Amino acid sequence: MNILVCITHVPDTTSRISFTDNNTKFDTSGVQFIIGPYDDYALARAVELKEANGGEVTVLNVGPADTEPTIRKALAIGADKAIRVNAEPVDSFYVAQQIAAVIKNGNYDLILMGRESIDFNGGMVHGMVGELLNLPAFSPVMKLEIEGDTAKMSREIEGGKEFIEAKLPFIAGCQEPIAEWKIPNMRGIMSARKKPLEVIEPTDSVKNTEVSSYELPPAKGDVKMISKDNVEELVKLLKEEAKVL
Amino acid sequence: MTTATQEIQAESMLFKLNENQQMIAQMIRDFGKREIEPYRKQWDDDQYFPIEVFKQLGELGLMGVLVPDTYNGSGFGYKEYVTAIVELAKIDPAVGLSMAAHNSLCTGHILQHGSEEQKQKYLPKLATGEWIGAWGLTEPNTGSDAGNMKTVAVADGDSWVINGAKNFITHGISGDVAVVIARTGEVGDSHGMSAFIVERGTPGFKGGRKEDKLGMRCSETSEMIFTDCRIPKENLIGEVGEGFIQSMKVLDGGRISIAALSLGIAQGAYDASLQYSKERHQFNKPIASFQAIAFKLADMATKLEAAKLMTFKAADMKDKGMNVNVESAMAKYYASEASVELSTEAIQIFGGYGYTKDYPVEKYYRDSKLCTIGEGTSEIQKLVISRALLK
Repeated sequence: MNILVCITHVPDTTSRISFTDNNTKFDTSGVQFIIGPYDDYALARAVELKEANGGEVTVLNVGPADTEPTIRKALAIGADKAIRVNAEPVDSFYVAQQIAAVIKNGNYDLILMGRESIDFNGGMVHGMVGELLNLPAFSPVMKLEIEGDTAKMSREIEGGKEFIEAKLPFIAGCQEPIAEWKIPNMRGIMSARKKPLEVIEPTDSVKNTEVSSYELPPAKGDVKMISKDNVEELVKLLKEEAKVL
Repeated sequence: MTTATQEIQAESMLFKLNENQQMIAQMIRDFGKREIEPYRKQWDDDQYFPIEVFKQLGELGLMGVLVPDTYNGSGFGYKEYVTAIVELAKIDPAVGLSMAAHNSLCTGHILQHGSEEQKQKYLPKLATGEWIGAWGLTEPNTGSDAGNMKTVAVADGDSWVINGAKNFITHGISGDVAVVIARTGEVGDSHGMSAFIVERGTPGFKGGRKEDKLGMRCSETSEMIFTDCRIPKENLIGEVGEGFIQSMKVLDGGRISIAALSLGIAQGAYDASLQYSKERHQFNKPIASFQAIAFKLADMATKLEAAKLMTFKAADMKDKGMNVNVESAMAKYYASEASVELSTEAIQIFGGYGYTKDYPVEKYYRDSKLCTIGEGTSEIQKLVISRALLK
């Protein structure tokens, strides 16, 4: 089974967010980048499926050269090879077009990715890739089992769970508890450098969006402690200050 | 104008973490967050040696960092090894100590001086964490004065028979295999000692009293007792009389690992202090804005940087096959003293909170003191350094 796992290169969840160039660019100085946490679940499940059924796991990232340490980590975790599309991932549709082009040229039985990235949190790429390739796309997939050419999945929907059966190939946006994150071991780290990482140039694709500016959410206010016996005061503050009632 | 060679040298002098080191550091942070941090206080309180964690460290490849992959090790060099110890020590210095002792001492001794048969028999089990290793040089009455050790090994037919006791041994009770240095010649003769491999379960070999320690409490330290302990002839490492010389070479590498352990503690204490001093407000200002605290941070950062450079320099030299006798002693001496100073200052910056177990710095403080003592006190490091200077 050939599995493609699309990974994002995103700031660590504990990063301090700030902007440069008149608030039009994210300030990457001092920021630690990681594999998108949802992508990490997708990768872990892909490695498990490969270990159970044989085959190969390819990781794909759309990004400039500085994403390669993140790609190498995916190789250390257990992917067999990697492809980097040498382009800035400007928006969801642009990335989806690049991923679709790679899938067209490959022979993948299953395409996994995170339900969303944790930088822009669009959560759209899996659906867009499915649309571009006329393949089914499911998200957020929380359980994924493969039997022959059929997959059984469950996904969270409002008020319950949905159980789905689908023929391969398809695209799944994954989230926990599809698998437990894998921590690479020293042998994986050593072998990661020897695994192939192919760099390809992007296809001509449409860029539909342009960022005019970013802004941080307002700073959180101070905590107000209210005596547990003073419910009236609590209700008053929630109504008049917090304006949530 | 700088030449390309100068640029490469400058880059190498910065000891910036390479991609492998970054991945190793991240791996340990991820693992530590999940498997060590939630339990470390309990282990420390109970003085519990979490052997199951060392099995997991074995699965990650951290129990045989320097062991070639032909013996199921990870096949990395000292720079990666130092990185691993630093990261583990930041999370829990006691886990870092046990990992370092296992790698550098027992495993390191067999790796550096064992026969091919011994390497094939023991290294795969040690490198994967299936077996935990112990190393016995120190005795109740002989620490650095190893030439006067009382434990003796006597040849008897196809066996060696060992009698005596070792103390302050990391994994003296839980170790599955131990490398033990025993007297085979005259007292005071540096060629009068030999190294032997003793497996747990060998009749006449047992762990003794477990020490109740100030710090490094989840790293097991105990006696090892030998009473007519008979081991096969082939368990001698190298030649008769080489034990002490072998041990000194093992300690050259071991000292780099204690320098790394010290560096991890110092880094942990500094990071905690920097963060706390920005968050803690007094007189409506973060305490970092007061010069009294800011200067402490400046001193800490400077000493930390010096310790880092000295430790990675020794590691780099070791990777290049150079003699590190002096550099490892200097790195161990400086970094261990710095770790005590930085963790002491960290408590001062935290004030009353630092004196409680609710914050990590009191543990760094207790753990750090081991570093100026274990694998040769600071005074012994000065002896090693000065002897080399005055040769």
